[in-house]
Amino acid sequence: MLTAPTIVIIAFLYLCLLFAIAYYGDKRADRGQSIISNPYIYALSIAVYCTSWTFYGSVGRAASSGVGFLPIYIGPTLTFILGWYLIRKIIRISKVNRITSIADFIASRYGKSSNLGGLVTIIAVVGILPYISLQLKAISMSFSVLLGYPEIVMPAQSGSTPVLQDTALYVALVMAAFAILFGTRHIDASEHHEGMVAAIAFESVVKLLAFLAVGVFVTYGVYDGFGDLFSRAASSGDLAKLFTIDVDTGYTSWISLTVLAMLAIFVLPRQFQVLVVENVDERHVKKAVWLFPLYLLLINIFVLPIAFGGLLHFPQGSVDADTFVLTLPMAERQQTIALLAFIGGLSAATGMMIVETVALSTMVCNDLVMPTLLRFGRLHLSERRDLTGVPLAIRRGAIVVIVLLGYAYVRLIGETYALVTIGLVSFVAAAQFAPAIIGGILWTGATKAGALAGLTAGFLVWIYTLLLPSFARSGWIGESFVKDGPFGFAVLRPYELFGLSGLDSIAHALFWTTVVNVGLYVAVSLVTSQTIIERSQANQFVEIFGRAAPGERIWRGRATIGDLRRLLARFIGEPLAEAAFRRLARERNRRLDDASPADADIVSNVERQLAGAIGASSARIMVASVLREEMHDIDEVMQILDEASELIVYSRRLEEKSQELEAATNELRAANERLKELDKLKDDFVTTVSHELRTPLTSIRSFSEIVHDHPDLPIEERREFLQIIVQESERLTRLLNDILDLAKMEAGKIEWHMADIAPRAAIEQALAATKGLVRKHGKVQLETALEDDLPIVHVDADRLMQVIVNLISNAVKFSDKETGWVRLEARREDGALRVDVRDNGIGIDKKDHSRIFERFQQAGNTLTEKPAGTGLGLPISREILRHFSGEIWVESEIGKGATFSFRIPAAGTRDAVAAPPSGSALEAVE
Amino acid sequence: MSRPGLTHERLVALFLLGVFLFTPPFLGIFNTPDRILGLPSLYLYLFGAWALLIVLVTLAIESSDADDGHARTEEASPGGSEATNDRTGA
Repeated sequence: MLTAPTIVIIAFLYLCLLFAIAYYGDKRADRGQSIISNPYIYALSIAVYCTSWTFYGSVGRAASSGVGFLPIYIGPTLTFILGWYLIRKIIRISKVNRITSIADFIASRYGKSSNLGGLVTIIAVVGILPYISLQLKAISMSFSVLLGYPEIVMPAQSGSTPVLQDTALYVALVMAAFAILFGTRHIDASEHHEGMVAAIAFESVVKLLAFLAVGVFVTYGVYDGFGDLFSRAASSGDLAKLFTIDVDTGYTSWISLTVLAMLAIFVLPRQFQVLVVENVDERHVKKAVWLFPLYLLLINIFVLPIAFGGLLHFPQGSVDADTFVLTLPMAERQQTIALLAFIGGLSAATGMMIVETVALSTMVCNDLVMPTLLRFGRLHLSERRDLTGVPLAIRRGAIVVIVLLGYAYVRLIGETYALVTIGLVSFVAAAQFAPAIIGGILWTGATKAGALAGLTAGFLVWIYTLLLPSFARSGWIGESFVKDGPFGFAVLRPYELFGLSGLDSIAHALFWTTVVNVGLYVAVSLVTSQTIIERSQANQFVEIFGRAAPGERIWRGRATIGDLRRLLARFIGEPLAEAAFRRLARERNRRLDDASPADADIVSNVERQLAGAIGASSARIMVASVLREEMHDIDEVMQILDEASELIVYSRRLEEKSQELEAATNELRAANERLKELDKLKDDFVTTVSHELRTPLTSIRSFSEIVHDHPDLPIEERREFLQIIVQESERLTRLLNDILDLAKMEAGKIEWHMADIAPRAAIEQALAATKGLVRKHGKVQLETALEDDLPIVHVDADRLMQVIVNLISNAVKFSDKETGWVRLEARREDGALRVDVRDNGIGIDKKDHSRIFERFQQAGNTLTEKPAGTGLGLPISREILRHFSGEIWVESEIGKGATFSFRIPAAGTRDAVAAPPSGSALEAVE
Repeated sequence: MSRPGLTHERLVALFLLGVFLFTPPFLGIFNTPDRILGLPSLYLYLFGAWALLIVLVTLAIESSDADDGHARTEEASPGGSEATNDRTGA
């Protein structure tokens, strides 16, 4: 026999089992052995979507609209098909940013705005409260129905029960205790509530099995299978219309419910909690995208059969369709199944309440209370070191307040609606978050102002089109508000706003809230601009799969690592803060000294750690307070960037200039060196030339004076003197000619008659020209050896002759008059003309080999020995050969004669362009 | 970061198929009082299409090795990749 104590004890045992599972889950998690880290538990925990609203309410709705309840479950199926991208993206973003709730998510996306977080929290609390009260109502209703066993008595208005005898109150308090115990154990909320999730998954199994049990019992126990059930329904006239959807109103309702459910599956705070916050591994989404829809399908198969069974079994209207799941087994006297149905409903309701209160309390704490306290300095941060208890206390308080508010709501207002309608009101409220979330992860341009505007407007329209009418129905506001519109303005009737009629209240509200929410969200986003932190967050959210780096920050403030460490310790406790910093130091592979300044990397890391405990916007305020300076606003940052880039360009230009300058200086210095050298050379040259000219002039002058002053000089002597004067004059002329020649050559002013010639003719001519000289020089022998096959050379023939004459006369001059010989050899060598002039004369010291090719430089001591030439022959020869692209050199040793050689490349083999008419005097001396 | 290329596209296609299957006017074809195998045609159609869709999604996602590579999300930020700005930090 089901008596009140029996039911209470069984329900109590069930709740104890739940506590045990949660406790076990937490213990396992503490030991690092997660029991929830698998995709099946994950999918089952998502099934917290199916509340008592599903368990009892679906049948109720099916009894009035046939398959009209199905969009609530088909919508999530559709969303989950996209889940592999959409949900995984939200999960990834949340993990990176340590998001703890949906309010945190939206606030974080739009520049960690505490205003936005607060607004989302308020909408969530106001919107979800009826939903929580719905669960309480379902439990107390099912309890009192079951209590009547075997009689089926519809419960009295719960408002009439004394508060202390109301089961709903006790259930509410037990749920609060559970949520506090397993939902607020950790200080870091982004760590998972493993025990809670394990319990939720277990509850999902219980409610599915319970519902299937009732379904099988009704279909095959009470009736004779699906066919029997449906054919009886078909033949009972009225019920057959539930086989179809009403084309006029049913389709809009169908579509709006589908859309609503598609959004609700991830924007309801508890769904966000289990889908995103409690997710331990994003790979689990892969299984969940088909497991969860499968769960929905299974739990819905028997909804329509149970509804028809109930409608067929009970006289029209005698039993509330919402209770069919319970009353059908009762009517058949099946205690066990009835009790199982009760436990299933209980698990559906408690699961929702636990997760929802935990999610809401986190939001209230992190996005409403903490930012407010921080903003108004109520925490006396400087006085109290340890603040770890504060968020926990706020969360626990919030849980109790929310549960009690839910209870108050069900006492005051909850009786006027069927279960389904209350749930849908909450769905529409939660759907207000969808534009900000979907836009936030797909559109970088969405601004905080846009999100604020859209959310606010959507929320206000929701209040006007759904919340106020529900107040009107419970008599708080006059009925005329709904019927005739406020103050009789028919056009403002909340269910037919601006004359939009033909829609049910949910579709109507969804339409108007969507229009203003999305409209303002997009429009305001397009006309406002983002701050720098908004932009960085927007990029990070949208591009979460595209780049590895979370957003960078630009902080101007100055804080030491010690400041941040102390800040973190205040909120999450000394040991956890120490652990976090040790981990950070290890990851970054650097020492984190308390005294050293914190860079942006450390700051944002600490901020994220803090966000896990107290929410993104609170964390931002805290970190900013430690840094003592606000973020730069965008203009300032842009200005800094502009200035910086200008500076960079400027300094680069400066660097180029200084390099140019340095190069120019070097060139100048080199030129100066050359000039100095040239100047010295010029001086030397003048000195030498003067000296060279003075010698013959002195000689001429003194002999002339002798002849002039001594007219009585014997004729022989006079002739001899005149002879010397003539010789010296010739020498002087030669000298001057040579100087002139060389100067012209070096200045490039000489005229060259270049032609391809056979060198033999020029050599023979030169030999002929030197014959007289050789003969004058005693017994010196001149031998020649000319190869027949001499190459054609491109030269000026006269100049070539001049070189050969120079060399022969030099050789002859330095040969011994008695035993001397000079040998001229010409041959082809490597395609070039090679001419050697050899003598057995006095030879040239090695150190003089290069010097003799310079002007006025002769081997030996010019002061003590009689000069034997002008000293310009070899420099001239070198100049000529340089012009022929040839070269000249000497090989000799003292006492062993000398060999002067030159080489001229054959015509056509040398560079096509004739060597430049050798220019400056400078090159001549090099 | 690789995108689940073809899998992603297949899932989008299945989503569109789902939208097509579960909304009027296609839905209207089965919106009749007739019974097939003793079951209301709409009821049978909805659950049939639903089951089919789940099977197709299962095939699409389980046949792929979609992105098992970058599995477990990192709790903290990926090491060191966070851009710092020391210039303005001072």
